[in-house]
Amino acid sequence: MRDRVWITLGLIVFLVGITYPIWFNNAAGVRAEAPVLRKPVKGPNCVAPLEYMRASHMELLTAWRDEVVRQGNRRFVAFDGRTYTMSLSKTCLDCHDNRAEFCDRCHSYAGVSPYCWDCHVDPRQARTVRAWAGRPQAEGWAR
Amino acid sequence: MSMDRKTFLKLGGCGLAAAVAGNKLAGLVQIAGGQSAPGEKTLRASRWAMVIDTRKCQRADGCDACIRACHEAHNVPSIPDPRREIKWAWKDRFEHAFPELETSPLPGDVRERQVLLLCNHCANPPCVRVCPTRATWKRQSDGIVMMDWHRCIGCRYCVAACPYGSRSFNWFDPRPYIRNMHAEYPTRTRGVVEKCTFCEERLAEGRLPACVEACPEKALVFGDAADPNSEVSQLLREQFALRRKPELGTEPQVFYLL
Repeated sequence: MRDRVWITLGLIVFLVGITYPIWFNNAAGVRAEAPVLRKPVKGPNCVAPLEYMRASHMELLTAWRDEVVRQGNRRFVAFDGRTYTMSLSKTCLDCHDNRAEFCDRCHSYAGVSPYCWDCHVDPRQARTVRAWAGRPQAEGWAR
Repeated sequence: MSMDRKTFLKLGGCGLAAAVAGNKLAGLVQIAGGQSAPGEKTLRASRWAMVIDTRKCQRADGCDACIRACHEAHNVPSIPDPRREIKWAWKDRFEHAFPELETSPLPGDVRERQVLLLCNHCANPPCVRVCPTRATWKRQSDGIVMMDWHRCIGCRYCVAACPYGSRSFNWFDPRPYIRNMHAEYPTRTRGVVEKCTFCEERLAEGRLPACVEACPEKALVFGDAADPNSEVSQLLREQFALRRKPELGTEPQVFYLL
């Protein structure tokens, strides 16, 4: 037990170090702001209850993907009896028409980077790309 | 209450199995309290096939309406380097399409014809046999050789296996080379293989493939080869048709009339 002092001191230094961001930000008056999301344009009805979508939309999207691509089923009869086409670009982004202020805002807050948009096209982005497309093509394709 | 270890493990195992099975069953029929269903307008067939009339496909202006319609509809990039290009449909000389007929005597202008080429949607697809992730598979319901770009790992076994050169690999991000990007269809990303899917996304909406719809000469006929009353079946009954590389036993579902 000769090292008791050193161990205690070490623990204190460790605890202070690891909680440093918390009390530093508290002292500086910085508050973590929850992301403000853009409300969908076509009213409050979604393809699943709000609580489910908040927590588990990624599971729904994966299930949709498998149904559409692997099973060829494209229609979705939701919990409230409404019928939707299972499509990220056509259905989800039709209501949530601003990806940057809906999907991206929350994803960057949560520190996740889903790769949906590597392939799936945001209609807004498609319009931008179309405007851009008349220009000479990017260099560097040859290798 | 006392329980020996053996009973505990047995009961635990049963419980786990029941939970997994329950989840599986629930997942199959239900998604977030909703349910998936087949599209109402979906065109159905037992075996989709295409008949290409090479006699009608010989416009002097070098028409490529089918290829443009296809590539536009599916966000296919235009990459100038032929070693890196992406193509779902393309044209080539007759002897390149049918190399086994190179020395055969052929009537008229057949040898000079340009032939439209695309994925043959083989009944016995070699690409499907080699795919390690089942990212490409033959849909049992209608014979379409499908692609799942979510699953493709870019190993390119299928590219090597396809005897028709129908598959293209994305060596880099294709988006800068897409002339007119449409949000209705995804693009692909670096490291996946792509090819024609007989426009299964259009069939699901009750529409014919983009190339068939776009052809000004009506040289492309699409239909159910398993249905004796379909236009495809009638054409194949009445006229002599070629398939590409029949000696390989892949059973292509794209037929060429001469």
